[in-house]
This record gives sequence, C-alpha cells and structure tokens, in this order.
Amino acid sequence: MDELLRYFSSPSNREVLLEQIGQHVYLSLVPLLAGVLLALPLGRIAQRIGWSRAALLGTAGIVYTIPSLAVFVLLPSLIGTDFTSSLNVVIALTLYTTALLVRPVLDALEAVPTHVTIAATAMGYRPHRRFLAVELPLAVPALTSGVRVASVSNISLVSVGALVGTGGLGRLFMVGFERDLVQIPVGIVLTVLLALLVDLLLVLGCRLLTPWERAGRAVIAS
Amino acid sequence: MIEFRSVRKQYDDGTVAVQELSLTVPVGTITVLVGPSGCGKTTLLRMVNRMIEPSSGTVLVDGDDVRDSDPAGLRRGIGYVIQQAGLFPHRTVRDNVATVPRLFGHSRRDARRRAEGLLERVGLPAELRKRYPVQLSGGQQQRVGVARALAADPPVLLMDEPFSAVDPVVREGLQDELLRLQGELGKTVLFVTHDIDEAVKLGENVAVLRQGGYLAQYAPPEQLLAEPADDFVTSFVGRDRGYRRLSFVDSDGLVPGPVDTVRIGDTSADVPSQAEWVLVLDPHDRPRGWLPPGAPIHGQLTEDQLIAGGSLHTSGAPLRGALDAALSAPSGLGVVVDEDGVHLGVVTARQVLDILESRRHPAVTEGAVQ
Repeated sequence: MDELLRYFSSPSNREVLLEQIGQHVYLSLVPLLAGVLLALPLGRIAQRIGWSRAALLGTAGIVYTIPSLAVFVLLPSLIGTDFTSSLNVVIALTLYTTALLVRPVLDALEAVPTHVTIAATAMGYRPHRRFLAVELPLAVPALTSGVRVASVSNISLVSVGALVGTGGLGRLFMVGFERDLVQIPVGIVLTVLLALLVDLLLVLGCRLLTPWERAGRAVIAS
Repeated sequence: MIEFRSVRKQYDDGTVAVQELSLTVPVGTITVLVGPSGCGKTTLLRMVNRMIEPSSGTVLVDGDDVRDSDPAGLRRGIGYVIQQAGLFPHRTVRDNVATVPRLFGHSRRDARRRAEGLLERVGLPAELRKRYPVQLSGGQQQRVGVARALAADPPVLLMDEPFSAVDPVVREGLQDELLRLQGELGKTVLFVTHDIDEAVKLGENVAVLRQGGYLAQYAPPEQLLAEPADDFVTSFVGRDRGYRRLSFVDSDGLVPGPVDTVRIGDTSADVPSQAEWVLVLDPHDRPRGWLPPGAPIHGQLTEDQLIAGGSLHTSGAPLRGALDAALSAPSGLGVVVDEDGVHLGVVTARQVLDILESRRHPAVTEGAVQ
C-alpha cells in the first residue's frame, strides 16, 4: 500500500500514467474502428460471393493465429516503418480485429431473416442501400458481440506492443519487471478497468442503436 | 393489366419451375394463382417485379415489357406483400409503411403523414403507429404489410401467400378486409395461395397450377368448381366443390317462410304454441337463439334458457349461406335476416335443394308453379 501511495504521489508518475492510458486507448480503439470498417465489406463479400467465403474465413483464421509479437517485430521490415513506430501496432491490431470480425459480420448478415431482405428488394431497395438501411441495422446486435470480443482482445494485445517499444499501459509491466514492482498491479488493474469501460460503452451503444430489441424482449416477457 | 406471354423458367440445374405459359390478369381485378408447392406460382409472381427473370418469354405490365425498366424503379411502382408480412423489425409500424414513399424521395414528414393515412385505411388504430412489428399480432402485422404495399398508390399489387401464417379466424377477417379495400381501390392484384378456399373466395379469376409449372385451368371460380378441366383440378378443388359452388349461386326465388317467435323478456303466456321450435328475438327483432318444442319457461325468458342458433343467411346472399343456415340450426330452420340483421323468416334445406333442382330442369319448374 505504501508503495502504491509513493507511486501515485509522484506528479511525474501520474503524468506518465495518464499519457500511457491515452496511448493505450488510441492504440487499441483506432484498430478496432478500422477493423470494423474493413470487416463489414469483407463479410458482405463473403456473404454474396460464394467462392470468396471459404477463402476469406480461412485467411482470417490464419491471420489470427500468427503470434502478435512476431507481427510487431516483422512488420517494420515488411512495410518500412520505424521499429518503435506506433503505426506497427495499429496496423497489426487492425489486421487482428478484421480477422476476428469477418465471421461475426458474416453470421450477423446471414441472421437477417430472408423474408425481410426479400421484402426490402421487392420494395425497390437497390443492393447498396438495402445493406445500409436494412441489413446493417439488423446485424448490429450480433455484430456488437463480435466487437466486444475484439475490443478486449485489442486492449490486452496492446500491452505486448510495449515489448517492442511502443507506448500504452504495457510500459508499466516493462518498468515493473525492471525496477518498480508496484507498477505491475497498477498496469493490470488499469488494463482491466479500461476493458470493462469500453465493453460497457459498447453495450450501451448497442442498446441505443437497437430500440426494437427491447420492445421485442418486453413482448416475450409479457 | 399484367400479361405473361409464353414465359418459361428453367434453372441452371435443369429444373423447370414454369413451363411455357401465357396468362392475362385484367385491370382492376383480383387474379389468384393457386396450386400445390412446386407448381411455380411464386416464381410466376416474382417475374412481374423482376425478382426472378424468365428464361424465355415476356412479362408486360400495362403494355410495357418489364425488362425495359430498371428493376428497383419498377418495384417501387408495384406493391408487394409477402408471407409473414416481411416487415422491417427495426422500424416502427409507421416507418415501415413510409418505406416506399421515402425511396421515392419524399420527405420523412410527408411519408409519415401518408403512412398514417394508410394505417387508418387498413383498419389499424393510430396508437399502434409507433410500435415495432414484434409488438403486433400476426393479423395486425399483415395489415401493416398491406398498408406498406399500398403506400405509393401502385396500380399493381403482388401478394405472395400473405395470409397463410395467421389463424383461420383472423385470416377470414383479412380476406374480407382485402375485398373491401379492393372495392375502394380497384387495383390489379395478383395473389398467390395454396388454399383453394381462399382462391375461390378472393379471385375473380383463378389460375390453377400443377406441379412442374403447368397451367391446368384458368377460369372464374364458379366455372372452376362447376367444370374442372381435368382430374388434377377436380382433385385439387376438392371433395366439397359442389357445396362450395353454392357460393356463386344466387338465392333468387328463395322465399322465407313464417316461424313462431318470442322476445327475450317474454313470459310463457306470450308464447303462442310450443309444439314446434320457437325462434327467440331481441327487442330489435334480431335472432338470439331457439326454444325447443315443449321447453318450460320459468318467469321471464332469458338468454341462458336458449339453444344457440346456427349461422344466419342474409337475404340476397348466395345459396351457400342459406343451406348452411338450415344445416347448422338446431331446428333445421335456417334463419333469414336483412342487411341490419333483422329476422325475415326461415328456410329449410329442402327449399334450397328444390331451387337447385328447378334450375337444373327449367321445364319442370314451370309445371311446378302451376
């Protein structure tokens, strides 16, 4: 406890901590957003073009099994970035997020009832608009489940980036191992809190986006 | 008008959904495509709005080949009602109905105003407009489906088994509602069902399709029941077709006879004689039920002393109603009422059969009259 007090009483420690939290949020959530934006069209392609389905799902599965540390180390030589550039982490995590989300996106789109999509087509929706106005909103609940998993995965993977010198709460583990053990529990607790907070925001966001889901549950309950 | 000219649909795997088939759906009428599953009825329907393209042949809507129109534009101009209504679960009832006006580029406000008018038109209370489809009953959902299809006032309406997922009582209500709406709107309706009763009830023309996409017969329903073209149609229209056909036979010449009546609230002293069944009326002369011969009346006559009556035959309605009234009444006497439900007299099943018999032998009728 004294150790904790000592750690938090130092203004410079607090300043560094805030910066690390900020970096951690940036490094985990930017790839999350980018991953969602990439996985949506990919999932749609997998749904609409028969042969692409196995290829996309297979590739996604392989990408996700590559160890993150290996990617962090190899990426600079592949794309010519600086070894400690945070861009490496952003790109790597975007790849992971995309790989993780392709299947949930596909499942979510396929869960849209056929009679609803047929009705939409028959009303005169063109495919693109139908996707945005009908299929995507209906896919939100299933999609959110996937994004929640990806967000937790990203928030924990960002810590690994610290090994190759990028920022985030992972730095606390490095410093902790090297010279100041108290930073390790601080890092763990903050990482978990961050993951919980993001998860809560995702759940709330989903509720706001899908008011009809609650109406449906009320009907089932009554 | 919808015209199918030698349309044929063959899928890549060789299955033929529709054999070369020609059919004309007259303007302002309901035409029903009926047949067992796999007869190509839905395929045919979906050719009209290009959800399915024929392998050969052409489909014309009001004289224009549908292939000359952009599919989405064409579909916005054609109403479509699907099984289970196909409502958008994420939109309120009102916004579901506003869909096509919105696609046409109307402002949200205009589209919603139009939607509210239509909801009223199909008999849905205004307080449902902000509900989500999941909060409605099956019958209400179907009404919303119909309102949505009518929202842009399309001249042509395609209905694909719209009422098959609701229970029989609700279905009958929806069918009556459709006939009422059609009376007001006069759309050109193409209606798909596997239910021959529904086909006969709704269709001004009925096309019976056979498995493999053959048109077995295309005729008005009374002709279908009277003169089925082949064994398939005969078996498809079913065992009760003679009885069903009475729906198309007028009841001219059916004269209701007298029957003893009493009113609710009367005492035994008011009952003229109790040798026969006595019809019990309410204060407005509407039938309430029957008193069996010799039944004791204690004090004033109340509803719970009655035996429930059968169906009622409205004077001037087809013979089927008269026969059903006679067969379903405990007294064997079918009660005839006027449009307001006021009792006019009774008919027997024998009278109905005599009328049918006399029409079959006109010469005998003349003799019988003298």
